[in-house]
Amino acid sequence: MPLLSVDELTVTFGGQGRKSNAVNGVSFDVDQGQVIGLVGESGCGKSVTSLALMGLLPRKGVEVGGRADFDGVNLLTMSQNEIRDMRGSQLAMIFQDPLSSLNPVIPIGIQVTEILQRHRGLKGEPARKEAAALLEKVGIPDPTRRLKEYPHQMSGGMRQRALIAMAVACAPRLLIADEPTTALDVTIQAQILELLKELVDQEGTALLMITHDLGVVAGLCDQVNVLYAGKVVESAGRRELFKHPTHPYTHGLLGSIPRLDAPRGEALSPIRGSINDRIAWADGCAFAPRCDRYELDCLSGPPGLSHPRAADHQVRCLHPVPQSTQPTEEVPA
Amino acid sequence: MSLQATTKANKVDRLAELTAQSETSAGVSLWREAYRRLKRSKMAIIGLVIIALFVLVAVVGPWVAPHSPSAQLWRGEVFPNKGLFVGPRAGNWFGLDNLGRDEFSRVIVGARQTLLVGVISMLIGLVIGAAVGALSGAAATLGGKVGQRVDTVIMRFTDIMLALPSLLLAVSIAAVMGQSLTTVMVAVGVVQIPTFARLLRGSMLAQGGSDYVLAAKALGVRKRRIALTQIMPNSLSPVIVQATLSLATAIIEAAALSYLGLGNPDPSVPEWGVMLAQAQRFFDNAPMMSVYPAVGIIITALGFTLLGEAMREALDPKLRG
Amino acid sequence: MSLLEVDGVKVHFPVKKGILFDRTVGHVYAVDGVSFQVEAGQTYGLVGESGCGKTTLGRAVLRLVDITEGSVVLDGTDLAKLPEEEMRTFRRRLQMVFQDPLGSLNPRQNIESILSEGMAAHGIGSNQDERREKIKTILAKVGLPANSLARYPHEFSGGQRQRIGIARALVLEPDVIICDEPVSALDVSIQAQVINLLEELQESLGLTYVVIAHDLAVVRHISDVIGVMYLGALVEEAASDKLYEAPRHPYTKALMSAVPVPDPEVEDLRARILLTGDLPSPANPPAGCRFHTRCPWKQETRCATERPELTDDGTGHKVACHWTAEIEAGTVSRTGGEVVGAVREELDDRLPVEPTL
Repeated sequence: MPLLSVDELTVTFGGQGRKSNAVNGVSFDVDQGQVIGLVGESGCGKSVTSLALMGLLPRKGVEVGGRADFDGVNLLTMSQNEIRDMRGSQLAMIFQDPLSSLNPVIPIGIQVTEILQRHRGLKGEPARKEAAALLEKVGIPDPTRRLKEYPHQMSGGMRQRALIAMAVACAPRLLIADEPTTALDVTIQAQILELLKELVDQEGTALLMITHDLGVVAGLCDQVNVLYAGKVVESAGRRELFKHPTHPYTHGLLGSIPRLDAPRGEALSPIRGSINDRIAWADGCAFAPRCDRYELDCLSGPPGLSHPRAADHQVRCLHPVPQSTQPTEEVPA
Repeated sequence: MSLQATTKANKVDRLAELTAQSETSAGVSLWREAYRRLKRSKMAIIGLVIIALFVLVAVVGPWVAPHSPSAQLWRGEVFPNKGLFVGPRAGNWFGLDNLGRDEFSRVIVGARQTLLVGVISMLIGLVIGAAVGALSGAAATLGGKVGQRVDTVIMRFTDIMLALPSLLLAVSIAAVMGQSLTTVMVAVGVVQIPTFARLLRGSMLAQGGSDYVLAAKALGVRKRRIALTQIMPNSLSPVIVQATLSLATAIIEAAALSYLGLGNPDPSVPEWGVMLAQAQRFFDNAPMMSVYPAVGIIITALGFTLLGEAMREALDPKLRG
Repeated sequence: MSLLEVDGVKVHFPVKKGILFDRTVGHVYAVDGVSFQVEAGQTYGLVGESGCGKTTLGRAVLRLVDITEGSVVLDGTDLAKLPEEEMRTFRRRLQMVFQDPLGSLNPRQNIESILSEGMAAHGIGSNQDERREKIKTILAKVGLPANSLARYPHEFSGGQRQRIGIARALVLEPDVIICDEPVSALDVSIQAQVINLLEELQESLGLTYVVIAHDLAVVRHISDVIGVMYLGALVEEAASDKLYEAPRHPYTKALMSAVPVPDPEVEDLRARILLTGDLPSPANPPAGCRFHTRCPWKQETRCATERPELTDDGTGHKVACHWTAEIEAGTVSRTGGEVVGAVREELDDRLPVEPTL
C-alpha cells in the first residue's frame, strides 16, 4: 500500500456564482522513500494540491473533494486538530520563500526547539542539543552560534536549510517541498537539492517535490506527474517521461526550455498562447486551444487516461505525440 | 478538399465558442475598475446615502425648516433657569432650546454650516498639503542631490507641524485670528496640511522607485512629464481616500473648536458644534438638546468614514483581479 | 571599433547614516571595474547570481545610476560625460527591457499612451495619428493584436506584457537594447515565445542586445559572447560555445555544473561542484580574488592577496584567475568544495566512475 494515495482530489474556490476549479481531479501515489514530482506552470494547481494535503487551505469559501489517504487515513476529512498533529510529526512542508515562512522576531534556535517540544516533548538543554544537531545535519556550519541568530541575519540558502531542519525535526514520513529552490541562486539550489537527496536516502522520507523546473525534476524525481489546468495530463517514470514525452503539453514544455548542453542556434519550439487560453475540462481537453494536435473530438468531454507506451506511463490525450516525432537518442540511419 | 476545409472551420469555430471570453472587459482603466468595485460595495452605498441626505439638508435646509432658526417661539412656558424645557411636541418635533427656538429647525439649518466647515477646511488641507507634498515628492524622486535637500527641509518643517498637538495648533491659530467661522475652517485646515503632504510625498516616493518610472527615464521622457503622467496618477489613491476620511474628522474637529468657543459668534446662524457647546450647560435638565446635534455630527462623520473606507478597498491595487 | 564599449566602469553606492544630515560611512562596491565590448548585431550575455552587480551594470550602461568611474562609449559618444539634456535625447539609441513585465508598465496608461510616451519625448511622428500608425506596425511585429491599443497593462497575460515592454523599446529604433532578465518572470512555455521573438527581431531589424540573466541556459541560448560576473567584476568572458565547452574559471565551472539539465540521461552522468559558504557582502568585498572565500581551488599564495586581472589567453577567451593554467594541467588540486554525482546513488544504474569536470 502506498504511503500517500491521492484520488480524484478537487479544490474549488469561491462560493455561489463565481466558482473556479483550482484542482480538477488529481490522482497520484507516493511510496515510502520515493521522490514524486508534481510539475507544471503557474496556475496549474500544484501548490493548491500541496496546501490541500497539508490542510492549510482556508476552510471558508473552499470546497475540497476526493480522497487523500495517508497511511490509510483520509487527510481531507480530518479535523483541524487532527491535521495539526499530523503536520510536523508525520507530514512536513517547506515553502518557496524561507524568509516569510520563518518568524522574523524569534531566533532560529527557539523556533526549532518549539517544534521539538510540541511534537517530541524535548525541553531545555536536550532540546537545544537536538536543535544544534539538526542544524548540523542540514549543513549549517557552527550550529550552536546559529541557533541564536534571527532569520534576517542568515542568507537565503541558510534560511532554507533552517526551514528544512524544522521540517525534518520529527522525522516526518512525507516531506512536501513547494518550489524549495525557486527563490535561490543556482549554486545554492544545487546545495539544497543535494541536501534533500541525502535526507531521502538516509531517512527514507518520501518527498513530494512541487516545481516548475523540469531540470530539477530530471535529476531528482522517481515518478513525475505533469499538471495542466488542475489535472494530471501525463505521469511516468523520470527517464521514460523525458525520453518519450507523449502528451503534447509535456512535449511542448520540453521543447520550450533552452538547454545548457544544446548547441547554440537550435531554435526553441514554444507552446503558443497562454494559460488563459483554455476551456473547461467538462467541455473537453483544457489544453486544446494551445495544442498543435487538436482535433474536433478533443472537445467531447474530458479525455481519459490511456497508456499508449507502457502500463506505468499514463497520458490524458486522445491524440498523443506519435513515436516518430519524439526526440530520441538514436541517430536515424 | 472542401470537406476538409469545412471540418477545419468547424474545429476552429467550436474552439472559439468554448474559449470566448467576454470582450466587455477590454480597455477598462484602473480608475473605472475601482469605480465598478465601489458601486458593488454596500459600505459605499450606505455612506453615499448618508452623505447625499446630509448635503440635501444642507442645501435646502433654510427653505424647508418649519421655523426660522432664530425665532423665539416660547409662550411663557420655558424657564431654563428653573430647569423647565419644552420637550418635543407637534410643530416643534425636537422641542425648543433654552432661548425658545425650534430645535428641529436649528439642526436642519445648522447642517449647512457644518458641511461648509468640513468641506472648506478639508480643501485648505488638501490643496496646500498636496502642493507641498507633490513638490517634496517630485524633488526627492527626480531632483537629484539638490532636490533631496529641498525635500529634507520641507519634511523637517512638516515634522515640526505634526509634532504640535493638532487642537493646540488650532487654538493658537484661532487666538491669532479671532473668533469666527473662518478661523475654525483655517485652523482645522492647517492642521491637515502635514498629513496630506506626508501622505502624497510618501506615495510618490514609493512610485518613484518603481520600474515603470525607471522605464520612463530610460525612454528619455522629460522629468516634469514623468512627475505628471507617471508618478502623480499612481500616487493619488491614498490622498483621495484620506480626503474623504478627513471630511469626517474635520467636521468633528470643527465641532470641538466651536465647543471651545472659537466658532461663529453670531447666534442667529446655528452650527452643530456651537449648539452642542450651548446645550451642555443644560445637560442635566434637557439632555436631548445635546443629543440632536451630536447625533447629526456622528451620523455625518460615519457617512464620510464609510465612503472613505469603501474607497480605500476599491482603490487598493492588491485587490486588483 | 565596437558599437558599445564599456571601459573600467565602477558604480559605488555611498552608505549613509545620520540623524539630521547624512554622512557617508562606507560604500557598496556594486560594480567594481568592468570592461567589455559589444559588436553591432550581436548579443552579449551577462550572467551571474543575485548580488553580483549585473543589474546595476546594466543600469550604468544606460546611465540610470551614476557612474562613479569609467566610460560607456556608444558609437563614439561617451555617455558617462554627457550633460543631462543631451543624455536624455541620446537615450533614444539605447533602450531597455525590464524583468517585471507588469511593474515596468504604468498601470494607469493604456498601451497606446505607453508606446507613444517615448516617441513624444524624442519628437518622433508629428502627430498622434502618425504615431498610432507606427505603433500598430510595431505591435504586429511583436505579435500583439491590433485592438490592444486602448487596453491597459492589467488586461494582458504575462507574456503579452513583456511583448509590450519590447515594443516600447522598439518604437524608438534604438541601436542597443539592454534586456534585464527578460524572461525570468515568465512561465517556461512563455519564456520560449519571448526568446524566439527577441531572436527574430534581432535578425529582421539588426538589433544589438546586452542580455542580463541569472539563467545560464537562457544566456547561452541567446548570446554570442558571455561574460560571467561575480561580486561586481567579470571573472570570465568567452564566446558562448567556448564557454560552455571549456569553462576555465572555478566559479564558472561550479555555476555551469549547478545548472540542472532537463534530461535524466545527461543529469545521471554529470558531476556537480558544490560551493561552500555564502556570497560576501559587496560593501565589504574580500581582498585579493573576490572568489577566494568560496573557491574550491584556492591556493596558499596570491589568491587572498592579489586581485587577478581579466586576461586574454590569445584566443579571445578571457579569465581572471591566477591558477587557470595550473588547474587545467592538474598541477594544483582542489582544496575545498565538494563534487557529487547529480543523481541519488541507489536510483542510478549508470553512475559515473570518475566525475568529469
